[in-house]
Amino acid sequence: MLGLSGYEISLITSMGIAVIFALSLNLITGFCGQISLGHAAFYGIGAYSSAMLTKAGMPLGVGILGAVIFAGLVGLAVGFTSLRVRHDFLAITTMGVGFLFIGIMRQWDFVGGEMGVSGIPGSGLGKPGFMFLVLGFGVLTVLFSLHLKRSWMGYAFDAIADDEDTARVIGLDVSRYKLAAFAMGTALAGLAGALYAHNVRFIDPESFGFVESITVLAMVVIGGIGSVFGVIIAAALLSVLPLWIQFIDEYKLLLYGGLLFAMMRFSPGGLAGLAKQILPKKSSLKASGDTKA
Amino acid sequence: MSKLLEVSNVRVQFGGVVAVNDVSFSLNEGELLGFIGPNGAGKTTMMRAITGVVTPTSGSILLAGKELVTLPIHSRVRMGLGFSQQLVKPFRNMTVLENVALTVGSHHTGSPLSALFKVGREDESTRARELLELVGISDAADADPSNLPLGYLKRLEVARALALDPTILLLDEPLAGLNHAEAHKLADMIVDLNTAGRSIILIEHNLGEVMRICSRLVVQDNGNKIADGDPESVMNTSAVRAAYLGENTDHAAA
Ligand SMILES: Nc1ncnc2c1ncn2[C@@H]1O[C@H](COP(=O)(O)OP(=O)(O)OP(=O)(O)O)[C@@H](O)[C@H]1O
Ligand SMILES: [Mg+2]
Repeated sequence: MLGLSGYEISLITSMGIAVIFALSLNLITGFCGQISLGHAAFYGIGAYSSAMLTKAGMPLGVGILGAVIFAGLVGLAVGFTSLRVRHDFLAITTMGVGFLFIGIMRQWDFVGGEMGVSGIPGSGLGKPGFMFLVLGFGVLTVLFSLHLKRSWMGYAFDAIADDEDTARVIGLDVSRYKLAAFAMGTALAGLAGALYAHNVRFIDPESFGFVESITVLAMVVIGGIGSVFGVIIAAALLSVLPLWIQFIDEYKLLLYGGLLFAMMRFSPGGLAGLAKQILPKKSSLKASGDTKA
Repeated sequence: MSKLLEVSNVRVQFGGVVAVNDVSFSLNEGELLGFIGPNGAGKTTMMRAITGVVTPTSGSILLAGKELVTLPIHSRVRMGLGFSQQLVKPFRNMTVLENVALTVGSHHTGSPLSALFKVGREDESTRARELLELVGISDAADADPSNLPLGYLKRLEVARALALDPTILLLDEPLAGLNHAEAHKLADMIVDLNTAGRSIILIEHNLGEVMRICSRLVVQDNGNKIADGDPESVMNTSAVRAAYLGENTDHAAA
């Protein structure tokens, strides 16, 4: 079909899932400026939810919907308790949530403990059909991201990402906006997780660990915080790199950590920023800090 | 005249420093009140207590009879407080115009969900441009605020506060960084706003302009209120003279 080999189809499917996952974190970190080091936990909640629901005989649609709702609800709960804290503290809290998730899943026999869940039902659509399903969700996610960026919510997120205190002074309920970003981002991560579960059909706690959280953060930062197209490109590249070049898989943490660091240090605008610098367009170096009267 | 804002026995303490010491004053409807005092008097701190950026140790702040002290900043702003800060805080990831237009559209951003369903900024941008013209910086509408001099950023703060269409406008040193002519012009604009019915508290070191435009003065020194009344008699009280003579007179002489 379409002249694509089975290998290419699975590559495109993986890319599509990674794009949805990365755009989900982009809502939180890119648009709203809230760092999360435990985003893979919500991907995992989505994967486990849909896996368990469909194994219990529910149709795929119910599994996916359940994944979105569960991940979003847990996200909302985590958000309520941790979004009042300052940026750096949020990083620690979300990292804690990530480890907590792994810890619980390992011990919880109902979801297979360390052995994980196998025999997850496929989509029933065949490999190409599933690829189209993933691409369909991918397109919807991209359209939603682009809409959000243009909306007044995106406008308010810009303000909050730049300076929370000033955002309050112009009347924005910063906590509610952050909570909204977190709920949407985690729900979308749940969608990506569900698609992942039905794609690989076997999941275990290790699939949703710290490395995955760092990987997805690297996609967002490398793509260029907040730039939808930059993040799509970074997610597509970083998700297939380890498949193309086998040895990268072993050095993932090192590679992505290094890339994260290099981007933060040399091109804070990520790929999108790099493109802006290279393309002939006026770009101004920003002076930071307040100006004292 | 009815009291629009009533500050009673407000005290703000930072560790051992009492920045505001049981101060009471009120703002009448339609008034242009000058709130002055030497450096470090606690003027900005009082302003921050009113807007909720700092929490008073004790005291009460009523806006049209409603207690503000327990409310978060954004609620107070939405009840009608517009705040132009001494330390300028433009959003640096937006143009000057976008800074103001976002605030003009504050009725779209009351709840995240309704904000998500609202797109389009033309009307807000048009209004924002008018406000930039009003404060005299429309030539910088499309500029990145990081590249602008202080005089522009001060007026951006004022335009942004005005964009909220507030009942009370709180201005913390809006004239700082402006040259003589610019300061005079902006002071005239403040008078116009007041004449149009807006109640204003003006914190300012430029005493020449303060004396020219304010109908009443409150003076604070070292956290204590030392005078309250019409400008002429306030400036003639010995406590006020002592407070201003006690410090380096670089500001007071203006
Ligand atoms: N966040 C803070 N933490 C600790 N001390 C503070 C803080 N803010 C203000 N102060 C102290 O409170 C006192 C009053 O400061 P404030 O800025 O309110 O004075 P001001 O009257 O606005 O002065 P200026 O005319 O120089 O702007 C000063 O001694 C200052 O050092
Ligand atoms: Mg001050």
